[in-house]
Amino acid sequence: MILSGAQAVVECLKKENVDTVFGYPGGVALPLYDALYNCGIHHILTRHEQGAAHAADGYARSSGRVGVCISTSGPGATNLVTGIATANIDSVPMVCITCQVTTDALGKDSFQEADITGITAPISKHNFMIHTVESLPEVMTEAFYIASTGRPGPVIVDIPKDVLVSKAEFAYPEKPQLKGYKPVYSGDESMIRTVVNVLKQAKKPVFFIGGGVMLSDMADVVLELVNKTGIPVTASMMGLASLDKKHPLHLGMLGMHGTYAANLAVTNCDLLITLGARFDDRVTGAVSKFAPNATIVQFDIDPSEINKIIPTNYCVLADLKWSLPIFTKMVSACDIKPWVDEVLLWKKEHPLRFKEDTANIKPQAVICAVDEAKANDAFVVTDVGQHQMWTAQYAHFGHPRALISSAGLGTMGYGLPAAIGAQAANPEREVWLFSGDGSIMMNCQELATAVEQNLPIKIFILNNQGLGMVRQWQRMFYGKRYSGSKHEVPTNFQLLAEAFGAKGLTVHTKEELKYAVTYAKACKGPILVNVFVEEEENVMPMVPPGTALDQIVE
Amino acid sequence: MKHTLAVLVENRRGVLARVAGLFSRRGYNIESLSVSTTDRKDISRMTIVVEGDEQIIEQVTKQLNKLIEVLKVVDVTGEEFVDRGIALFKVETSTVTRSEIIQIVSIFRAQIVDFSIESLIIEATGTEKKILAIEEALKPFGLIEVVRTGEIAMVRGGGNFSSDK
Repeated sequence: MILSGAQAVVECLKKENVDTVFGYPGGVALPLYDALYNCGIHHILTRHEQGAAHAADGYARSSGRVGVCISTSGPGATNLVTGIATANIDSVPMVCITCQVTTDALGKDSFQEADITGITAPISKHNFMIHTVESLPEVMTEAFYIASTGRPGPVIVDIPKDVLVSKAEFAYPEKPQLKGYKPVYSGDESMIRTVVNVLKQAKKPVFFIGGGVMLSDMADVVLELVNKTGIPVTASMMGLASLDKKHPLHLGMLGMHGTYAANLAVTNCDLLITLGARFDDRVTGAVSKFAPNATIVQFDIDPSEINKIIPTNYCVLADLKWSLPIFTKMVSACDIKPWVDEVLLWKKEHPLRFKEDTANIKPQAVICAVDEAKANDAFVVTDVGQHQMWTAQYAHFGHPRALISSAGLGTMGYGLPAAIGAQAANPEREVWLFSGDGSIMMNCQELATAVEQNLPIKIFILNNQGLGMVRQWQRMFYGKRYSGSKHEVPTNFQLLAEAFGAKGLTVHTKEELKYAVTYAKACKGPILVNVFVEEEENVMPMVPPGTALDQIVE
Repeated sequence: MKHTLAVLVENRRGVLARVAGLFSRRGYNIESLSVSTTDRKDISRMTIVVEGDEQIIEQVTKQLNKLIEVLKVVDVTGEEFVDRGIALFKVETSTVTRSEIIQIVSIFRAQIVDFSIESLIIEATGTEKKILAIEEALKPFGLIEVVRTGEIAMVRGGGNFSSDK
């Protein structure tokens, strides 16, 4: 079968079972867009390339499949950059196809030329430029293989226009041949046995679970492991949904805005068993004082995560899919009642709380109101800032992929396009988005996409008329000098939603909030609810930056 | 401590930029770097000398291994190995100093590769230590220009590092 490069790209996408792509056309992307026309793959036109990247990310996180986005050269490609970096740091499998100026125009500062492989090398798992149409199918298989195996991540494929229009015989390689890429799956079973023995000696063990549990679909095994051993669990934000928060041994999130019990448990434990987490500084606080008395065990697929931040005593290098079932089979119930009693007492005496008896709506109350209304299989997407932390603290997650949030990069503007991706991948399930009046503005143009695709995303803006998290830090550490963090002219978000053709609601009172949640749940199209909340509310508890986790302020 | 890493990479566009970028963005310091193709056209070999403690070298090695086009990384520092670099020194000369300089060249088993009335170019091959020593010895005469290659390294004995993966 003789195909043009552009037709070959479409064939490759079909071979990889891609049903939806997110993108934005432009000059050199026209041949590819021509091939996409009526090809059977659903193309969702976002209103900005950044939206396409985050939507592909939300699609991937919600479904576990590779998210695909497409852009033209130059500004189209550079607009993907924030989305690529966001996916990279949270290990999200994505393939980003950027079209490029023709091969003979490369390196000549041509119109809409940008060195996207150079730009994205530090913020992607890998990238390729395709130089000949003959190599295109091979590179595409490699891109999907690299993106989705091992520790997943975004892969960029840059395709010059002349490659898109050149023709060649098309054959899709069965298995990619990559000499320098051999993702580990299985590991050393004797290391697991060693960890089991270390665990037998432990008096105060804690599990710390991260995004790796969700990536390897091991939440069920973690539940079994926790039930079998009786060891308390804490999680990073990426791992938070991998164990039901209602589980009595789930202590909640660890770190800066984590719970009192989680932070105290890690500080006082004698054994920390880390499952697919990477010790972000928002999790560790002062590294030198992190779990000071603990033996550190790390289960991870990525060797470079061992000894990167926290010196590891024992590591099991393998896919959790391989190691966790073996570990779970080998362990037995731990004799640690005094420790569990102590930890559960912390949990009982220091719950997350906020004052509800105020005239103004507390932002946390919005999260709780939605939490009660949402379906168990719903997705909860967030933007970045105070509302994100309140979501992590107060929302419950019915399944491991339920929380979709830019954890590592903290990308404001992530939420709306990610929610579009999640809804596109899961048309039958509820997608609730919490955003702020800051974050929503960074990609509010994607409301047009949501309306066009009739995606019934339920957007709740926790509106404190400024940049809440910035102001919290200014309040706490910069003498209340609110530099550049107040929105002096309020935006009418209800009208904004209506301008895009979405339903808009404004909420000032608790009664209105109750009504809005019910209304949103039943709404068949996208709806934006602008909730005015207490402006000066802080996210608490908080471990002040650079201090130890047990210095937590409630 | 200085470590010498032997790195095999696929001989493709952009690989050097990827390796160099990794060092700069993670804050590792390259002391010297040399790259060339091997006996196989599709594979290049880099010799990277990097300064750092055990933890840094462990991370450097692991991060290099994560690059898709990197085939193999070996820290040869702990092994018996031969390392060599080349330096060219342009030295001021006069009829008074010339014979003394020629003596130094002979002591270090270096070579004079260019001769003019006011200057000589001296080529020296050897370990970094030797090259620094000859530089020190030539300094008093006035060094007009110095250019050095990165070091290259090879483990002693029969194995072929480039072929076994």
